[in-house]
Amino acid sequence: MIYWYIFLAFFIPGILGYGGGPASIPLVEKEVVDRYGWMTTQEFGEVLALGNALPGPIATKMAGYIGYMEGGVLGAIVALFASVAPSLILMVLLMVTLLKYKDSPKVKNITRLVRPVIAVLLGAMTLQFFMTSVDTSGTVQTVILIIISYWLLEIRKIHPAMVILLALVYGAISGIV
Amino acid sequence: MGQSKLKTNKDLFAAFFRVGLLGFGGGPAAIPLFHREAVVNYKWMTEDEFGDTLALGNTMPGPIATKMAGYIGYRVNGVIGCLIALAASVIPTVVLMILLLGILQKYKELDWVNSMSAAVVPVVGVMLAVMTWDFFQKSGQALGIGRAILFTGIAIVLLEVLNIHPAIVIMGILILSLTSFKKGERSK
Repeated sequence: MIYWYIFLAFFIPGILGYGGGPASIPLVEKEVVDRYGWMTTQEFGEVLALGNALPGPIATKMAGYIGYMEGGVLGAIVALFASVAPSLILMVLLMVTLLKYKDSPKVKNITRLVRPVIAVLLGAMTLQFFMTSVDTSGTVQTVILIIISYWLLEIRKIHPAMVILLALVYGAISGIV
Repeated sequence: MGQSKLKTNKDLFAAFFRVGLLGFGGGPAAIPLFHREAVVNYKWMTEDEFGDTLALGNTMPGPIATKMAGYIGYRVNGVIGCLIALAASVIPTVVLMILLLGILQKYKELDWVNSMSAAVVPVVGVMLAVMTWDFFQKSGQALGIGRAILFTGIAIVLLEVLNIHPAIVIMGILILSLTSFKKGERSK
């Protein structure tokens, strides 16, 4: 029975959460804390904070961890499946259909018209990231990090992985000093 | 044949493993990394298809990172590819989370742990800014610069001023494009 509850607890946020994993976190909290009482709000907040300190998609880290706590390895698998599979299957089916007609003028039109929307969405995310950084690291540090990372990424063409690792090292050092 | 399949699967795993381990700030923060691997590094899809995938991913509920990984994996090597991409992007970080939670709980007050992930945020911002500019430029090439600016303006008003959900805007474009008869060019 616990596996069924775990499935439901992550299936519902997966189906209702628009805007990627971070948008579905409040929905997960509602299920896990309010409906099933697996943890308190504070515990949930702590797990979330630690999840955010680690890399990778947040929704699956939360699902995997909470599933594991409640139902062991099988619980983790059930929770991951419930949060990933439904929307992914829908996505693959729709994209495959779209690709089949990719040479039709109507579908080409979609591609062209959708592009400005994606640009705006990415632009809004860019701003959000810069603003978060100003909040947590301060304006001066944010501007310096932006300039240096732009220079490394776009002018020196250094691989993003390297730049992220450098930022991590810099962050660790600046946190100690 | 068998060898090239094996190589593809290895590439898929490596690509999404990297994306999973380098994406700080949840799935959306990893979008520039997906772009880098799928379009620039391995050339599994064109810029256009990546844009369409991202658009459709945004109209669908659920985590964006696993939808992107799963679909790109599926495109490259069917169901197996899909499963490999998913496993590579999800399992390492989940395992890390379960293993490290006890240890991390002890150190979570430490400043250096927090400032480590804080320092990555502006870097992701720059990557997103570059992608934004790419998409805008590509729109300019496809639509003509005047209409690209007009459509971008309309998108800003709809998404940011009127706060209409992106899923609804993208669905609207889908429906308009598919139902419009004649050339369909005029429909916004």
